[in-house]
Amino acid sequence: MRGIAYVLTALAVFGLAFWAYRENYATQQVLKETRALQQQIGAAQLRMGVLRAEWAYLNRPDRLSELAGLNFDRLGLLPLRPDQFGLIDEVSYPPEPLLPITNPVDVSTMAEGEQP
Amino acid sequence: MTRTPLRPLARILPARAKGENPAVIERENIRQRHAEMQDRARVRAEGRLLVLGLFFFCAFLVVGGRMAVMATSEPQEPVASAHGASIAAQRADIVDRKGRILATNFETHSLYAQPPELVDPEAAARGLVRIFPDLDEARLIRDFSGKRKFVWIKKRISPEQKQAVHDLGDPGLLFGPREMRLYPNGKLAAHVLGGAGFGREGVNAAEVIGVAGVEKQFDDYLRDPANGAQPLALSLDLTVQAAAEQVLAGGMKLMNAKGASSILMDVHSGEVVSVVSLPDFDPNDRPRPPVSGDPSDSPLFNRAVQGVYELGSTFKIFTAAQAIDLGLVSAETIVDTSGPMKVSGYPIGEFHNKNYGKLSVADVIVHSSNRGTGRLALEIGPERQKAFMGALGMFDPTPFEIVEAHGGQPLVPERWTELSTVTISYGHGLSISPMHLAAGYATIANGGHYVSPTVLRQDGPQHGPRVLSERAAADARRMLRKVVTDGTASFGEVPGYAVGGKTGTADKPKPRGGYYDDKVIATFASIFPAHDPKYVLVVTLDEPSVQAYQEERRTAGWTAVPVAAEMIGRLAPLLGLRPDVEPGPRAAITLTSN
Repeated sequence: MRGIAYVLTALAVFGLAFWAYRENYATQQVLKETRALQQQIGAAQLRMGVLRAEWAYLNRPDRLSELAGLNFDRLGLLPLRPDQFGLIDEVSYPPEPLLPITNPVDVSTMAEGEQP
Repeated sequence: MTRTPLRPLARILPARAKGENPAVIERENIRQRHAEMQDRARVRAEGRLLVLGLFFFCAFLVVGGRMAVMATSEPQEPVASAHGASIAAQRADIVDRKGRILATNFETHSLYAQPPELVDPEAAARGLVRIFPDLDEARLIRDFSGKRKFVWIKKRISPEQKQAVHDLGDPGLLFGPREMRLYPNGKLAAHVLGGAGFGREGVNAAEVIGVAGVEKQFDDYLRDPANGAQPLALSLDLTVQAAAEQVLAGGMKLMNAKGASSILMDVHSGEVVSVVSLPDFDPNDRPRPPVSGDPSDSPLFNRAVQGVYELGSTFKIFTAAQAIDLGLVSAETIVDTSGPMKVSGYPIGEFHNKNYGKLSVADVIVHSSNRGTGRLALEIGPERQKAFMGALGMFDPTPFEIVEAHGGQPLVPERWTELSTVTISYGHGLSISPMHLAAGYATIANGGHYVSPTVLRQDGPQHGPRVLSERAAADARRMLRKVVTDGTASFGEVPGYAVGGKTGTADKPKPRGGYYDDKVIATFASIFPAHDPKYVLVVTLDEPSVQAYQEERRTAGWTAVPVAAEMIGRLAPLLGLRPDVEPGPRAAITLTSN
């Protein structure tokens, strides 16, 4: 009886030692991955900062007004004036959609018929 | 263990037989027994002491060992606990009220040389001068071929320049990482943002510190890594600020002024939505402060908060409002404005020596009568006037949160005499910054509560101490509106926005005393819409002069007012204010009797 207890205890110690060994390496692996991820996050944040700075630089009011001036022919943008405010009932309803065509006429064959 | 009896019969009986005292035997036995017990207790205590000593020895060993390990190991961040909140090593961004970036950071490099490592110093110097034309080739060659081991070449270089230096291929030219403060909008809000520079510098890093404006005022907050990536949100609005700068710059040029400033402030929350001071500068390349001449001529000078001027007639409304608040007069009370009027021997005159005769208090403001306001001030008296000005914050620098604001100390007369009372009632003898004036007008506009101007975004209205009664503030607003409809600020009418305001034209003081005849500060302080004010706009032009109707005009009505009207027309839509029909006066009730 006592012998079996000794053997079981020894096996349990082996098992626990193996488990601890594995956990140790798994933890180290996870820490390594975390470090790599954090480095990636840092790099991404840095890049995001640069992109946001660039976005802000490209959207600076000076440049936008210059662009509005350059493209005045196409866009016709002018500064907002007080008389441009309107009331909601000045906005017209969208036009009614056209009725669906129920008896389509095949025009491709008509064109063929005209050919000599 | 065998227990020996205390009175063994074997010894007692013979002792009795001999006539000896048997108690002696008993005592002897007790003594022996006690000695045994003492021995046992000592052994046990010694054992315990040993175990305890061993335990302490081990504990000290562990502590000492841990200390030794910690002392000899490299310091290291605990990795597992650093997840989640990332630590931002960078200086925090500054954003406007809608989260648009006003200041951010940028990674660049610095360039330095280690002359002993240089392969060909002269070729390196030639190459560097080709890349950076502002460098001096002879000096570089002298530095590179001398005894120096380390030479800074450039503090900040762009990626293209870095690549070009790389292409030179000299191993003695090295780069250090640098963090640089970037203001992507250039000159926009330059005076508020201030600027940043390098503090302590090393090869691998340099400290970025704020040198002016909010960058300096909130330096600790911006540098604190505990704030993470939380940016500093200002009350400024990028779009409004850009439009205000554009319109004011145009107005300044048109009115031939040498400087201009404008402040747009929310009357309830005290948020300054736009503050402009012209001429301005680029905070990315902040000019050096001037070492000679008048500091107010430098573009670094912030006219809106640093420039203390006598702002002239814009003060009259405070006198009128206080007189109404104290119940001395109402808006309709008739005041005699005819001359001559002398206070402490000094004559008080009117603009162009006019004589308005008898006017109502409202018309005193509309026509901007010095003698009329002077007489009101004499009724108020020096003590009450001084207390009122103090409650409006006119004696201390404004609490506006930029470093320069601490320099805007108003110039207050040493003795508040009767003459001071009269001159201050129309804005002379007390020099304040336009920011003080904006705060004062905001008090009238919001119904009598003092608001302190702030550059930080607020969540709701400030409920400052009450300075004026609701009724007096409403009367003052009606008078300000009348100045625009019938008075000196008729160019200030903007259809739909019911502008109310007061003009002020003050002669500039000479540095050696006295006043210039031909140099003025023209101010227009306005509130809009006058029936339900949302914003205060103060426009100040420095030395404006414009030709109109074959005459040179300098008064605010001809210079500052049109600029302010243009600004309101341009800014109010951007602020989301709809043009509105002004509510007309209530129908007059005719009293009849049978």
